[in-house]
Amino acid sequence: MQSQWAKILAVVAAVLALAVVVPFTSSFVILLVTRALAFSILVMSLDILLGFTGLASLGQAAYLGIGAYVTAVLATKYQFGLGYDFWLVVLFGILAGAVLAAFFGLFAVRATGVYFLMITLALGQCVWGLAYRWNSLTGGDNGINLSARPKFGIDLSHDVTFFYLVLGFFALSLLAMYVMVRSPFGASLLGIRERELRMRILGYNTWLHKYIAFVIAGAFGGLAGVLWAHTAGIVSPENVVLTTSVDALLMAVLGGAGTLVGGVIGCFIVFGMREYLSTLVPWWQYVLGAVYVLTILYLPMGMMGIPERIRQGRASGRPNAKKLAVVPS
Amino acid sequence: MAASVPGSVTSMNTNFWLIQAFNGISYGALLFLLGSGLSLIFGVMRIVNLSHGSYFLLGGYVALSVIWTTGSWALALPVAALAIAVLGLCMERVFLRPLGFDPLRQVLLTVGFAFLFQQAALDIWSGNNFDINPPELLTRSVVVGGIYLPLYRVFMIATALTIGLVLWLVMEKTRMGAAVRATVDDAQMARGIGIDTSRISMLVFALGAFLAALGGVIGGAFLGVYPGLDFEILPLAFAVVIIGGMGSLGGAAIGALLVGLADNFGKALFPEISYFTLYAPMAVILAVKPTGLFGRE
Repeated sequence: MQSQWAKILAVVAAVLALAVVVPFTSSFVILLVTRALAFSILVMSLDILLGFTGLASLGQAAYLGIGAYVTAVLATKYQFGLGYDFWLVVLFGILAGAVLAAFFGLFAVRATGVYFLMITLALGQCVWGLAYRWNSLTGGDNGINLSARPKFGIDLSHDVTFFYLVLGFFALSLLAMYVMVRSPFGASLLGIRERELRMRILGYNTWLHKYIAFVIAGAFGGLAGVLWAHTAGIVSPENVVLTTSVDALLMAVLGGAGTLVGGVIGCFIVFGMREYLSTLVPWWQYVLGAVYVLTILYLPMGMMGIPERIRQGRASGRPNAKKLAVVPS
Repeated sequence: MAASVPGSVTSMNTNFWLIQAFNGISYGALLFLLGSGLSLIFGVMRIVNLSHGSYFLLGGYVALSVIWTTGSWALALPVAALAIAVLGLCMERVFLRPLGFDPLRQVLLTVGFAFLFQQAALDIWSGNNFDINPPELLTRSVVVGGIYLPLYRVFMIATALTIGLVLWLVMEKTRMGAAVRATVDDAQMARGIGIDTSRISMLVFALGAFLAALGGVIGGAFLGVYPGLDFEILPLAFAVVIIGGMGSLGGAAIGALLVGLADNFGKALFPEISYFTLYAPMAVILAVKPTGLFGRE
């Protein structure tokens, strides 16, 4: 319990440090951090599935995409969501993600392991196909440009203001997801991850648990999409493509699946490399690829597993040791 | 396809259906080269190989280098395919095999490699779009029943048929093939009766890379060779494997044919939702029968 509070304090301190420090950095860094924060909501939503329920999804970008496209279409076609009604758009984005996940979940949730991976890939590709080809609605390959960010009392086109908004949403999402995974519901998800059959024998409706987790993850994905649309200023099939889903999955694993915060760390590492390192050296993608490969080979618990590895001295790195420690008794 | 058209329509309309069907079948032939290897890899090793698209792309690039230095397209085909087969073999031996059985880590590892290959290809062959020009003989057309059929597409179909036939013979008639089928059905049992599944995995992985690269060279003539092709073609390969059933050669053939036709007719008839019409059936098939139409439990 003691260490749990220490971790919470560390995370709160990190969020506060971001809030204090980032506005004094360059506009490049402010935008970079904003993008990473928005995307890390998606990565955390994936972690609910991957780390806490044991379902590796290869289609999480679909929810980012639907949230982003809802925002962009409403803004450009109906001039909706550019004032106080922005909050309605946030709601719509969350609902759109949840509804899409509720629909996709009917197909996906009964699958397990590799089959879940494949079916989420197929479902994600459905959304990508529509985004890419449905020119009249989505603008096809060119995507949709958002000319302005919402303005309601505060002006979100001001990067620092917008950064605080995204940071606020990020902190709320992290808190909400943390409360969820620590709740009895979250505990039963962990049980499903560890041994689904046993949970079923104990009388749990494991399908329903997984389904609800899937829908919640979709809802947070939708929220990430709304924020992403206004962060990037453009929504295109690029946001829904397979590689974006893969990115989210790699970020979660890089930071450490089943920790929520790990996904955020992974997200910041990847965004940092992709947008900062790439300005310094042309071979940055080798570094990124090598980091992925080495993490998967030698750090099954990701970056969050490093302290554990060090503590155990010459430990074998079996993931079970950590997993068991997370399950509340 | 022509049978579904009412008799009263003009011959131009019939021609449209015939040409689209022909294009679909020849595209399916290409997808078979790509998908059959992926399917066998999955069947034998339960690995979702996300670098399969990279093999396809790298095959095209290596072929380009061979053509630039020797000028021979015919030489480029085997050289590129063999080079990528060796690459796949190394990847399997050095990285995937030691990982043991852990689907998620294997998948992620293959993605990591896909990114590395992407960057390497960009550095070596630049970011330009290339086309692989086949020999002049294959650029002609033949006229069958008043329809011009590009000889190159006929060549694609013939290649896929030949390779499919050889694969089928090897799988059904040889001891090696029987060992592969046994490993697909139950790897543990196969090991139990003395089949060297590790060696089978290695060979199948190399074979898969070989076929994908061959597809990349052949497909380079009309898809082109460009950065990003790897992740564009990958979902199609998965559609083939999923519809056909994982680990089944016949399934891959039918899956490839269906995806080729669906892709062509989808783009011709309802362009706005063409990819949707491709991937939605894939999701439904997976939901109803996770092992694919022809896959075994």
